[in-house]
Amino acid sequence: MKKDNNITTLVSEDEIWAALEKVQDPEIPVLSVVDMGIITRVELPSSDIGHQTAVITMTPTFVGCPAIEVMKKSVHDEVKKLGFDEVIVKADFDVQWNSDMMKPGAKEKLEKFGLAPPPSLDGGELTAEQLDKVRCPHCHSTDTTLRSAFGSTLCRAIRFCFNCKQGFEQFKPIS
Amino acid sequence: MSNAVKELLYKMADDALIIGHRNSEWTGIGPMLEEDLAFSSMAQDKIGHAIALYTILHEVLGEADPDTLGFKRTENEFKSCHLVEQPIGEYDFSTIRHFLFDHAELLRYESLTQSSFQPLAQLAKKVKGEIKYHVMHADTFVKQLSNGNEESKARMQQALNNTWHLALGIFEPGEYEVELTSNNIFIGEVELKKRWLEKVTPLLESYGLTIPATDETKIANGGRKGYHTEYLKPLLDEMCEVTRTDIDAEW
Repeated sequence: MKKDNNITTLVSEDEIWAALEKVQDPEIPVLSVVDMGIITRVELPSSDIGHQTAVITMTPTFVGCPAIEVMKKSVHDEVKKLGFDEVIVKADFDVQWNSDMMKPGAKEKLEKFGLAPPPSLDGGELTAEQLDKVRCPHCHSTDTTLRSAFGSTLCRAIRFCFNCKQGFEQFKPIS
Repeated sequence: MSNAVKELLYKMADDALIIGHRNSEWTGIGPMLEEDLAFSSMAQDKIGHAIALYTILHEVLGEADPDTLGFKRTENEFKSCHLVEQPIGEYDFSTIRHFLFDHAELLRYESLTQSSFQPLAQLAKKVKGEIKYHVMHADTFVKQLSNGNEESKARMQQALNNTWHLALGIFEPGEYEVELTSNNIFIGEVELKKRWLEKVTPLLESYGLTIPATDETKIANGGRKGYHTEYLKPLLDEMCEVTRTDIDAEW
């Protein structure tokens, strides 16, 4: 609720989504929580006069993602700035995150950042082939190989490019 | 029905927490950097799965909070199987254990995506995608080492022989099998074991390994009832050491 000159206007859902664009994933600093597709619900329950509440629901990229608590707090603080009396941030598995849930444009941002984006799974299960053809974010060659499915964070894999002879990281596809 | 669900969730969560702790013991001493990272990442995944399962126990079924369940229970309250509590040993044992355990995990979670207990079905849909990476990792290394040189092959076979009856203890039936299956909560340990044997037998054979003969009397049962080997208590003593220095401390 905005309280300007004693006039109270309700905050819209769109304003919340815009605020969420400012909250970044601490492990992937070029993507917002909206780009990542981890915000699964924004609700504005009808509330008492003079008390507006926002309920934001998130879902982690990986069950054991250590960044989720930090992101919940950042989401809370950013949405609270809009003037809400109460912001409730939940994380659950009602909607299960998969790498196809990244928003359009997110993959380009990842590649520019030097992290190969996950290939589209088209709603299906992960196959070995999808781990085969990944484009190097440095030289754009697809002559690359998976060195390890586990990297510096739960969501990253380590790859090597035979063309530019450099190692690089990939945001793992996850079904 | 809630006791049946609790039994299922406790053993799954305890397995994940204990194997997660064991996996973390490879941090810093893996045979190569990628393997150090792999076991450390899998540890993080497993402990995440344990927390998610303890959270269902707490939020949906009224049990204590996840920290209490993880760090403030005694050895006999843990329902993990004997396989997961074994020390990491050498890399051959840890790799074979990882293979046998994670294939069972993948099949368990795949079946649970159909569970009538919704919180678990939803979590299972998420977890199975992660376990798939664990299984791919296990398959890669068991295959490579079983087809390496004479020594690596002999060591993988020996590790398999030593681990087989421990792994069969994963499927020790609980008290509520009928209730779980008749209410479509879980396919049951008997069916899971059947699916697991159908999965791991041809795979291990294709890697050139021989499946050990099963001696029913040697299956490592007891864990699901709270009876453990001499290895769980020292693990808990280490894992809970900080918590126990001030049990009521707030973090």
